[in-house]
Amino acid sequence: MIVRILGEGRYDVPDADLPAIEQLDDVMVDAMARGDDGAFAAALADLITQVRHDGTLLAPDDVRTSELVVPHEGSTIEEVRALLAEES
Amino acid sequence: MVDLLASAEPVASADPVASDGPALDGRLATWSNAEPGSRATQLARGTTPDRAEQGQKNEDTGKAQSMSVLKRLSGIIQAKANRALDKAENPADMLDLSYEKQVENLQKVRRALADVATARKRLELQATQLQAQADKLQTQARQALAQNREDLAREALARRATLGEQLQQLGAQHEQVETQQQQLETTAQRLQTQIEAFRTRKETLKATYQASKAQADIGAAVSGISESMTDAGMTLQRAEEKINQMQARAGAIDELLETGALPDMLGTGGGDDIQRELDRTAASGQVDAELAAMKAELAGSGGGVGALPPPAAADAGTSTPATGAPAEPDARGGQDQGDEVR
Repeated sequence: MIVRILGEGRYDVPDADLPAIEQLDDVMVDAMARGDDGAFAAALADLITQVRHDGTLLAPDDVRTSELVVPHEGSTIEEVRALLAEES
Repeated sequence: MVDLLASAEPVASADPVASDGPALDGRLATWSNAEPGSRATQLARGTTPDRAEQGQKNEDTGKAQSMSVLKRLSGIIQAKANRALDKAENPADMLDLSYEKQVENLQKVRRALADVATARKRLELQATQLQAQADKLQTQARQALAQNREDLAREALARRATLGEQLQQLGAQHEQVETQQQQLETTAQRLQTQIEAFRTRKETLKATYQASKAQADIGAAVSGISESMTDAGMTLQRAEEKINQMQARAGAIDELLETGALPDMLGTGGGDDIQRELDRTAASGQVDAELAAMKAELAGSGGGVGALPPPAAADAGTSTPATGAPAEPDARGGQDQGDEVR
């Protein structure tokens, strides 16, 4: 599974990591709903650590697209909301 | 029809193809006989498996899926990437457009890097200035205490505390700039590598794009590149926002440094009012000391006035007729003005 960390690049992450990634994703969603900046920052940091640790960084000329996109390291809830607002 | 597509909303282009179907199929036909479901086809239709799958899942499983931050971001980035490519009318154009965009992006990233470096230097300079001012206030507080002006010492320390907060915030901001700089440097390096690899690949692909296999390759190559470019664009935008915030803040701090931050104690506008007050207190203290010395001298020996040290003689000369009288209102005056502000 290809996971992109914005501002950093794409990682090929083992599928076995998916449940853990989804769980951190849920924590982020929940933290956003509650406006809990601390919990959000912690979950994002954990997520990025996990992707970097378990994943293999793809070469820049590898053209595969990513299935999941992780916000920039250090993003705040406000910044992620602004990114997501581009959906509509 | 391609123009219509290009001006369409991002979401519209990512939606299922039902209403746009015929036009898009027309465009596809001009491209190739790419198989439905191939990357090139998905690309041309402004959708990807991820996006399509996500839309499907959202409808099927509702809220939980649609709320995923990572999948929603993925959908957004793919939609943006596809929108960027909508302007291309054929695969060769798409390759060229893609290449131009990459080069353009790299230039933008390099400009942003220069901006970040400037912002960083400015922050460092300001931190030095704030620190110097804080040190000076500390010294002034000591001087004020030595002159028995606790009110002034308190004021100096209060201002020093304000500067301390500013310094702390500057430190946090400096960390942010470093992160921005790092991300932009990574982005620039990756774009550079990507551009070099893409330049050769694009010519090979253009030369062979008649073959349907190559069509799919072009779609794949371009959508992958486009995603990376979108990332670079978003990273760039974020960095620019941070730089703007930083510049606004730096402007505020410059202003603060200029005015000394602070309500002007003596209402004389600008300048270092604490220092002036200290100087005044010190001056009146000196007058007091000289007067005391003169009194002692007169009372003691009855000797000549010529024994006074020359500078004191000049200073004390005018006040000699009414011994002690002018000095006291002076000192009190300083005190009163200090109290007014408290």
